[in-house]
This record gives sequence, structure tokens and C-alpha cells, in this order.
Amino acid sequence: MEQTPIITVKNLVKKFGSFVANDNLTFNVYKGEIFGFLGANGAGKTTAMKILCGLSLPSSGEANIAGYDVYKDTDKIKRNIGYMSQKFSLYEDLTVYENIRFYAGIYGLRRKVIREKTALLLNKLQLDQEKDTLIKSLPLGWKQKLAFSVAIFHNPKIVFLDEPTGGVDPITRRQFWNMIYEAANKGVTVFVTTHYMDEAEYCNRVSIMVDGRIAALDTPGNLKNEHNVQTMNDVFLKLARSS
Amino acid sequence: MRTILFILQKEFIQVFRNRSMLPIIFVMPIIQLIVLVHAATFEMKHIKLFVVDNDLSYTSRQLTNKFGGSPFFVISNQSFNRKEADDAMQNGDIDAILSIPYNFEKTLYKENKSDIQLIVNAINGTSGGLISAYSTMVIADYNKSIVLKSFPVSKSLPTKNINTTYSFWYNPELNYKTFMVPGILVLLVTIIGFILSGMNIVREKEIGTIEQINVTPIKKYQFITGKLLPFWIIALFELAFGLLVGKLLFHIPIVGSIWLVFLVASVYLLVIMGVGLFVSTVTNTQQQAMLISFFFMMIFILMSGLFTSIESMPSWAQQVDKINPVAYFIRIIRMILLKGSTFTDILRDFLSLGFLAIIMLSLSVWRYKKRAA
Repeated sequence: MEQTPIITVKNLVKKFGSFVANDNLTFNVYKGEIFGFLGANGAGKTTAMKILCGLSLPSSGEANIAGYDVYKDTDKIKRNIGYMSQKFSLYEDLTVYENIRFYAGIYGLRRKVIREKTALLLNKLQLDQEKDTLIKSLPLGWKQKLAFSVAIFHNPKIVFLDEPTGGVDPITRRQFWNMIYEAANKGVTVFVTTHYMDEAEYCNRVSIMVDGRIAALDTPGNLKNEHNVQTMNDVFLKLARSS
Repeated sequence: MRTILFILQKEFIQVFRNRSMLPIIFVMPIIQLIVLVHAATFEMKHIKLFVVDNDLSYTSRQLTNKFGGSPFFVISNQSFNRKEADDAMQNGDIDAILSIPYNFEKTLYKENKSDIQLIVNAINGTSGGLISAYSTMVIADYNKSIVLKSFPVSKSLPTKNINTTYSFWYNPELNYKTFMVPGILVLLVTIIGFILSGMNIVREKEIGTIEQINVTPIKKYQFITGKLLPFWIIALFELAFGLLVGKLLFHIPIVGSIWLVFLVASVYLLVIMGVGLFVSTVTNTQQQAMLISFFFMMIFILMSGLFTSIESMPSWAQQVDKINPVAYFIRIIRMILLKGSTFTDILRDFLSLGFLAIIMLSLSVWRYKKRAA
């Protein structure tokens, strides 16, 4: 795998008053990799992710996303990333096509392009029949897959997934990860947070946050060897407990 | 610009897909106009008068007839018993008591003056004042006829007499509907511009899609424009529809320029949408937004001069009304529709509205922070 960093974070600190949510984070994410961003609830994952998406400014330190600085170029960062959150992010009262058209449109895609790409996408997802169905009448698994497709519709360099598979059945999760692999193969960098440790195994590299710091960062295999355990679940428990 | 078009497209689809939206736009104005215009009236047409005539003379009967003949009064009861009249008043069956004492006529001719008593139910101060004013008119009128009769064209007669003729300008028939309809149109526009637009923004927060919007390259001004413009258009349409209903159903006069009304309305909407946007920045759910909006709406409307006249408010309240957009618009729309005021006539108020629009919009855009933290 080529090792071009696409996200570089150096000594990043985010404080809320006297509370330190992100304590001196330093890490790189390489182009085309699937980067798992793990941590217990309240460990500071969401705060860090918000900074990387250009939603909030760090208190100190440096961060560069897809070649753009988080202090100065938040607009350019936003143009080059995709985002899908744990809360469902499509409009329930719009149809499948209306949602795609809206999100694609605000990223500057031409209407003709949107129409063509939508046809291809729906065909791939086998949702041709549902083009004019309201999102609220789709099953959750379909919605999640669709939301992911919408998040990468404008060909972003990086896609941020915030617990994308919460509440979804194992089969759909499996399909969802196939979609993630497919995107990564096309060169999209995937930055994903999750609480499912089996999903952590699918990542190229994994970082585990504990109390606002990065306690470990390596491939799942190396982490398991290092801590002498069989599963990522045990790695996580060991690190989280030691805090 | 393209971004805004995509937002607008989405907003319009959502607004009209909402089932309650069409009734709000088309049914609400008709119902509000019909109900409020007929119910919220200060016109005193059938004042119930209890006559206690203890004199039973020619003069006293003449006076009673004078009241009975007036379009404002209905003689609902007559009795010699004052207690009965007081009880009726206590029960709320009557509005006023005219009490004519024994020897009324005799005293009048002997001493050239005589007293009668008028008791008015003044629980509602405005109607109490009106009843007393109407009665005074009837009595003064009768007074004059007595004077003429007692001193027929004699030389010593005090002929210097100030004679008042009444002429009601801008609303010659004293038609209350004419006065109310323009005000109620303002209410309609306000509900759409203020409550609906504010709620719409909060809704994105409530369902969480605002998070998704925030990570897209949509800029603050694009989002706000996309959110407010649809309601700006719908509210102006609503005004046109309301004017049409007012014209067809209530025959309200439209003396001035209709375009001027819309010009003022479009600026007024900016103010009111600024307030709505502000409310949406300080709340997280539609419920909170609704409550706060109602608080503001109540104060704005009760102080707007829709039901009570601003001139009779205490001076501090009149000062407060200088920042009440509803008061400005109601005053202006009445001036244009009823008096035919021109742009120069309303310029001062119009500029104040424009000033409020700038302040309110910049304040709320500043409050609306796209950055989450």
C-alpha cells in the first residue's frame, strides 16, 4: 500500500474549559486505507472527528486534511470529504432520488450527471424500484447503505463514518463493509468509528482512544500480538481497563 | 447560487409534502378572517338600556323614545323599581340604566334645568366609554329640541350655538370590519413568516440532519436564504390571498396602492423572519421554538394596536412599540388601504421597519453559528 498521508494530526489538543477532550493527538492516516477510530463512549472520538471534518477548531496543535489546514481551509476540507453519522442523515420526507439530488447538488454536481450517476447507483444497490419511495418507508439497513452511497456520491477523498452500522443486522453489516472495501479499493480513504470489535478486525489500522489520548495505534494483527490476546475485543478491554 | 437553488427545491418539496401546510395556507386565512372579523368587534349596535321612568310625563316619554329611536340603543326593560334595574345590571342582562326621577318635567319647566341619572356598565372600559358617549349625544340632541320648543323664535333666545356635525373620514359607515381586516391580514403574514419559518429550521436540528448539512460546503448565508425564502414567498402569496378574500367577502376598501402594501410586507417579513431565525438559534426542539414564538407573538400582537389603539397606551408602552414590527405594519397597511396613503406618507414608518429588518437579521445571522463548537 502506498504510504501517502492524507490526514496528518500533530499535537492536537481540544479543551472545553478545564476539561481536556483531546490530549495531544498525533497520528497519520494514509491514502486509501480503512482507519478504525475506536474508543469507549466519552473517550473523545466525536470531538476529534468534528475537528477533522472542519466543524470545530482545535485549541492547539496542527491538523491537515486532504492537504488543507483545519484552521484556515474548513470550506475546502468540506468539499473534499464525505460524512455519514450514526444518527440517520437522509431526509425521511424526501424520496430516494430527491435526497441524492439534494446532496449531490450542494456539492456542485450538474443535474445531468446526478441523473446518470443515480441510475447507476440504484441499479447497483438493486433499488431501481424505490427511486420515488420516501426514505421513511425503507428498512433501516437499506437506509444506511443508501446514506453511505450518498456520502461518497461526490467522490470525496476521505469519508468519515460515525458508527455507521449501529442497530443494523449482521448480514446488512457484512454488506455494508463490502461497500466500504469497494470504496477503499477505488482510493477513498475511510475513517470509521465503531463499537463493534469484529468490525475493527476489518480495518487496515486501528487507533484506540482512552481518556482523550491515543493509547494504541497499529494493525489489528500487531495489536493482538503485542497484547498477547486472540481478539480485538480483548485488546480493547485491556487498554480501556488500564486507564 | 446553484447551491441555493438546490436547497430551495428541497424546501419547497418538504413544505408542500407536509399535509398540514395546504390547509394552513388556504383555510386558515378564511377562517381567521371570518371568525375574528365578526367576533372582535367594538361596534356597539344594540346597547341594552333599562329605563326607570318615575316621572311618566310627556317630556320623560319623549326622552325615552329618543333613546329607543337611536340605532345604538334597545330599550330592553322598563320599570318603576330601581332595585329591579340594579339586579338586571348585576346579572349582566343590561348595559345601562337610565333613571328619570319623579317631577323631572315639572322641575325642568320651573327651574329651566333638571337631572337624570345614567348608570353604565363599565367592566369593559372601552364599551363603557362608548355607551356614555352615545347617550350624551342622544340627550344633547333632545336638549336642543326642548330649548327650541320652549323658546320658539323669540328675540332673547340665545341663538349663538355651536353645532357639531359629524363626519367620519376613511371609514364613513364606522364599519368595524374595514378596520379589522387589514390587521388580521398582518396576523396571517406574521404566523407564516415568524412561526413556520422558525420551526422549519429547528426541525433540522431536532431530526439531526443539521449535522449532515454542517459538514457539507453549504455556507451560512446559503442555508438561511434557502430556509427563509420559501416562507417569504408563501407569506406574500398568503397576503394576496387574504386581500382577495377580504375584498370579496368583506368588501374592504383598497384606496391606496396594492404594490405599496406588498413592498412594505416584503420588508416586514424580513424583520419577522429575523425574529423567527433568532428563536430557532436559541432552541433545540420544535416544541421549545413554538412556546417562545407564542410568547413573542402574544406581546407583539396585544401591543400592536390591532385591538386597542396605541395612542391610548401608557407612554412606556408606546416607546416599546417603536421596536414592535407588528405595530408598524398594522398602522401602515391601514393607512394605505383605508386612507390611500402614499409612499411619502408612510416613509418614516417604512424606514423604521427597514432599520428593524437590518438589526434583527444581522443579530440572528450572527447568532446562527454554523460551527458546532
